[in-house]
Amino acid sequence: MNSDITDRRNPQSWSLTRSLFAIHIDALLFILLLTVLGVGLMILYSAGDQNTALLIRQLVRMGTAFVGLLILANIHPDRMRDMAYWLYGAGLILLISVLFFGHEGKGAQRWLDLGFFRFQPSELMKLAVPILVATYLAERPLPPTFTRLVVSLAMIIVPALLIAKQPDLGTSILIASSGLIVIFLSGISWSLIIGFIIAAASALPVLWYVMHDYQRQRVLTFLNPESDPLGAGYHIIQSKIAIGSGGLFGRGWLEGTQSQLAFLPERSTDFIFSVIAEEFGLMGVGLLLISYLMIAGRGLFIASNAQTSFARLLAGSISLTFLVYVFVNVGMVTGLLPVVGVPLPLVSYGGTSMVTLLAGFGILMSIHTHRRMMSP
Amino acid sequence: MSTRFTLKDPARESRLINDRLIFSAIFVGILFSVVMVRLAILQVVEHEHFDFLSNRNRVDIEALPPQRGLIYDRNGVVLAENIPTFSLELIPEKVEDIETTLGQLAELFMLSDDDLSEIKERIKQQRRFQNQVIRQRLTEQEVAIFSANRHRFPGVDVVGRLIRHYPQGALFAHAVGYVGRINERDQQVIDEKNYKGTLQIGKTGVEKQYEGLLHGQVGYQQIETNVQGRVVRELSSQSPISGQALYLHLDVNLQRVAEEALADFNGSVIALDPRSGGILAMISKPDFNPNLFVTGISTKNYSVLRDSIDRPMFDRAMRGHYPPGSTLKPFVALAGLELGIVSKKSKTFCPGWYTLPGKDHRYRCWKNHGHGSVDLKQSLAQSCDVYFYDLSHTLGIDRMHGFLDLFGFGQRTGVDLPSESRGLSPSSEWKRASRNQVWYPGETLISGIGQGFNQMTPIQLAQATATLAMRGVNIRPQLARATRQTAGSDLELMPIKTQDGLPIVDSANWELIIDSMVEVTDGPRGTARKVGEGLPFKVAGKTGTAQVFGIKQDEKYDAETLEKRLHDHALFIAFAPEDDPEFVVVVIAENGGSGSKTAAPIARKMIDQYFGIRVEEIDADE
Repeated sequence: MNSDITDRRNPQSWSLTRSLFAIHIDALLFILLLTVLGVGLMILYSAGDQNTALLIRQLVRMGTAFVGLLILANIHPDRMRDMAYWLYGAGLILLISVLFFGHEGKGAQRWLDLGFFRFQPSELMKLAVPILVATYLAERPLPPTFTRLVVSLAMIIVPALLIAKQPDLGTSILIASSGLIVIFLSGISWSLIIGFIIAAASALPVLWYVMHDYQRQRVLTFLNPESDPLGAGYHIIQSKIAIGSGGLFGRGWLEGTQSQLAFLPERSTDFIFSVIAEEFGLMGVGLLLISYLMIAGRGLFIASNAQTSFARLLAGSISLTFLVYVFVNVGMVTGLLPVVGVPLPLVSYGGTSMVTLLAGFGILMSIHTHRRMMSP
Repeated sequence: MSTRFTLKDPARESRLINDRLIFSAIFVGILFSVVMVRLAILQVVEHEHFDFLSNRNRVDIEALPPQRGLIYDRNGVVLAENIPTFSLELIPEKVEDIETTLGQLAELFMLSDDDLSEIKERIKQQRRFQNQVIRQRLTEQEVAIFSANRHRFPGVDVVGRLIRHYPQGALFAHAVGYVGRINERDQQVIDEKNYKGTLQIGKTGVEKQYEGLLHGQVGYQQIETNVQGRVVRELSSQSPISGQALYLHLDVNLQRVAEEALADFNGSVIALDPRSGGILAMISKPDFNPNLFVTGISTKNYSVLRDSIDRPMFDRAMRGHYPPGSTLKPFVALAGLELGIVSKKSKTFCPGWYTLPGKDHRYRCWKNHGHGSVDLKQSLAQSCDVYFYDLSHTLGIDRMHGFLDLFGFGQRTGVDLPSESRGLSPSSEWKRASRNQVWYPGETLISGIGQGFNQMTPIQLAQATATLAMRGVNIRPQLARATRQTAGSDLELMPIKTQDGLPIVDSANWELIIDSMVEVTDGPRGTARKVGEGLPFKVAGKTGTAQVFGIKQDEKYDAETLEKRLHDHALFIAFAPEDDPEFVVVVIAENGGSGSKTAAPIARKMIDQYFGIRVEEIDADE
């Protein structure tokens, strides 16, 4: 029933697993993460015009992120639950202060300058929201009452709106999904879920009716960027060419013309998946997606084996939100979804999201490795 | 842990959550299958198509800038057109080393350091796939030089472009204005997408005012190019929509007459049709050649224009502040009649000066030994100052201000040009607010003869005169007469903008004022007797001579000894025919000396041109 029992039969792996376990690291998840991160660095080398300085900066970020992972893995899940309201409150205050004192980068106000480093409060919220909602719902028997459902929805909507206003639609969507997933896992009735979906769907035509013409036009371009080949559509057109030309096996590492000749914009950040698809083909991206599914699968396993409802909800939300990341990014670069600006987790160049992601996996590991101590 | 909540049933909850986790896993499986199918379609099914696009060809998206609408005068004479030229352009993303490339181009085409840093700045700011102009208006020789060296500069090419040209040169420099290169400030207000591929934007005059109409809609073409950058075929395209053609009320012939008549004087001439507000001629002198600005004016030329003491780039018609002098008198007289201060018959004795009760200071009439006893008609015809000192004193500044307000003095007329100035029609409240000083009765006297604080723009004076001519119908002056969507389509006339009529109680008052103004051009002692001579209709007019600097109590104005810059401004306002007005003209000749000697004859030339009256009676070719 427990994977550690099987591990114990093999003395060699047993010792490694055990020593990692002692510092609250889950060996399987750890190795899967390292694999994807390693592949990511290789892709980044190709996508970033073989710039080693870029690579080193990314490595430094990974190092920082692993420190964060280690710290969170060693914090007992109960402590996280205790801190949930404080964490969320602090995050909310920071989000509001960003609106007033924030720094602008690429036209959006997301950064808070703390003197020694710059910080995006929305990243804190990526963890604070699921922790709080899981804490709040697990306080009482599940499934939650209607009142508690409404309160938890408010907990999600307030930060999501603040972040969408920055504007950072991608992060807003991710945070909203992480909270909604907790609610879903908490077992609210299917009739409520379906009612909610119908209500949202029927609100759309009304919204469309009250919008101005130019707003409608903007929504249409957003949904179908290819109608605007000079603006938003340029990225998608080039991205599809890169992916499609990769074929079954790809052009080979460093051989993709779309990426190497700089036809593909944002290729080391949001559109890095297209580089993988061009250079490694369907096989390459297939393997990558399977790795992602394995990481999330391990997370779901941890969730299912957790010992409190709080831990189950939180672990389930972190694992599933991770897949939402992947799905939104891949859907975006393949033209399935509108372009919202979500990086490919663990692979895209960029610091803050890496730290939050690995911190999330730190929480998963903490939930898994603190089990015995809770119930011997 | 869970003992804290007695109602909790851990086993039930874990089953519940596990069910949901299993459901999520299945759902995720479906989502990722969709993604895999999508990838398989792109990478296997459509692979050949994309491979073709990527491998042997490249897909380029080119913006097709629209053709800027032409500007015509009322007769269809072209005032602004587009002429084909060659320009040297660079696409940043296709150039390997921009620094070196620019360095080599600078040697070949003798670009200055200023040019280079400006170009680099633009490259940094804009998208990497957008064309950047290195140099416009290449000569044939330069095109040849580049062609010979083309292999050295991948990503750089000579491109045929249409650029703006003003065939009338300086004649419409202020009214039509000019276009220039889109700068940072423009970039913040324009729709970036629609200006992709557009190099120029209206900077002043009509070109700026009607930018949205003249520019048109950008198009694009998606093309396949081979490795050499040659177009293989067009994948899809959307044609640009040309800007609309704009037809102005301006008349090139009348404009030219105004320009020639004003000769060497600085100043402004405006003629308009009071029935439509249509501006028939509008000049501001000195002027400049707008073609210099189209492709970026050289620093040397610009500093000449900027530093000239005559300020040629300053649009006097819109922004020039002039004391209206005696041209204000008809309006003040109307105020007097309307408020019952004077009547048709009441008279004032003019000994050549006026003093306020209990004061010694003599406010002088322009005629040293006085006009004797004059009524309203005589005082306007001979421009007697003392009559108006007396009238103004009774009227008071605030009633005067309130009445002049009706004619739009001290307010923007709303003419369809950018950067119109407001001018200044003083009041005691204004003086308190802006200078924190009380109003002195003496200031009322000089305000009543259009001096003192009064500052009017030529366009204001033109609109006020038109309102007077139309007996209170207030129509907004306008340059644009009509637009034409595409060649061959019908003209769409611009609406005439009528404002509220003036609340004049007694319509006989209009006729008395206008009769008096006819007396100016037609009467035996009128100050502009020559203007009305030999015309088949009557002209209503008023001269004005505005002091540029104050003459002390005991000094005499002597043109001989005064520096030209300090000579009086010469003004004249007129409309014709007096009973059915269709033509209003305002002339301001800076330092022209006298309204009747300098400004009035210019107005007569305009009237002759408009009504087709020729000295030699050459038959008009209508």
